[in-house]
Amino acid sequence: MTDTFQLDGATVPFEEGQTVLQAALAAGQYIPHLCYHPEFKPHGSCKLCTIKVNGRTAASCTMPAGAGLNVESDTEELNVLRSTLVQMLFAEGNHFCPSCEKSGNCMLQALGYDLEVHTAGFRHMYPDRPVDASHPDILLDFNRCILCELCVRASSEVDGKNVFALSGRGITKHLIVNAESGLLKDTDIALTDKAMQVCPVGVILKKGVGFSVPIGERRYDKSPISAQALQDAPRGPEASGNCDACEDAP
Amino acid sequence: MTEKKKLRIATTSLAGCFGCHMSFLDIDERLFPLLELVEFDRSPLTDIKHCGPCDIGLVEGGICNAENVHVLREFRKNCKILIAIGACAINGGLPAQRNHLDLRSCLTEVYLTEPGLAHGHIPNDPELPLPLDKVHPLHEVVKIDYFIPGCPPSGDAIWKFLTDLIAGKTPELGFGLIEYD
Repeated sequence: MTDTFQLDGATVPFEEGQTVLQAALAAGQYIPHLCYHPEFKPHGSCKLCTIKVNGRTAASCTMPAGAGLNVESDTEELNVLRSTLVQMLFAEGNHFCPSCEKSGNCMLQALGYDLEVHTAGFRHMYPDRPVDASHPDILLDFNRCILCELCVRASSEVDGKNVFALSGRGITKHLIVNAESGLLKDTDIALTDKAMQVCPVGVILKKGVGFSVPIGERRYDKSPISAQALQDAPRGPEASGNCDACEDAP
Repeated sequence: MTEKKKLRIATTSLAGCFGCHMSFLDIDERLFPLLELVEFDRSPLTDIKHCGPCDIGLVEGGICNAENVHVLREFRKNCKILIAIGACAINGGLPAQRNHLDLRSCLTEVYLTEPGLAHGHIPNDPELPLPLDKVHPLHEVVKIDYFIPGCPPSGDAIWKFLTDLIAGKTPELGFGLIEYD
């Protein structure tokens, strides 16, 4: 007999070792999420997947599923909190969608659409973050970084290269490149690396292919992210699901 | 039978490209039913120069100079409902891409050091509004009631938003109409 928990009144079965988010998605129940990736160990940093368990908030991507838990997710209170998190991410970086080649395929943007975020609301910070165009094949646009660490995790866990890291604390935290010069051209990153495929926003871009898919035919032009996230299952306890959001390796 | 009083709408473009106004015209023949319900105050469509008392104000573009601030405050003072329309009004958009540059060095490069301008000088005619140090979204200057994102928002998005509002409903865009690009 499989154990179950309650999510917004629905019964969700889970396997030992699954988190609330993994079990929910595997059962076809969507919980908004951004820094979570089915192929990686949950990170728990963006807090978009925040739920209420027995009245207390928790990140569903790291919260172990437990028998009899009473989980709330799709409530006005939590969706307003999620919208505010998206607004803060937009105000903190330079997310100028009309000039971004990730537009239409960007998870942050798609979450904004789903959560009906019409404005960042806060005072925009307009940080000064020069791009790194040093590499012949790859562009790094730090203006859009949301510090999810997916590239850091992919480079170290899958590629075995440690090309990326986060440096600094609080508002000064930023993505850095592991080279004495600090430039991507002096690393051993390759176009075939997993780190090239996992960026949910438009930081790590392959040069020479921008805007290749016309407006109307891009990933999130077709259906909302909430519908597409469920197609990425299975999500077992080993976090070995296949992710459709990853770009294809060249 | 008394005719129902029409709602009065004012529109303007501040630090924008008039793309949102072009998109507004993309509602095409729906302009006719719209004109059954509304009449235009200050707008590029009427060429009225100042905004009078209105029900709805639609403002495109961000705030990049002193005149923009003046016009926006006039709109806020006169419009019961003020709507920021398009990326520039909502987050500064393209003009705000200068925000991480120093204004003086920006002007110097454009008017003095770049090749192509013979005897160039930084414009200083007293009739020209002074540029602000940074470009600001509208909500940093006055209270904004609604936002229609997009660069530009589609004619369909503008139509849906306005007809919801005119019908007295909370305007909703929903999938396919909410776009940031």
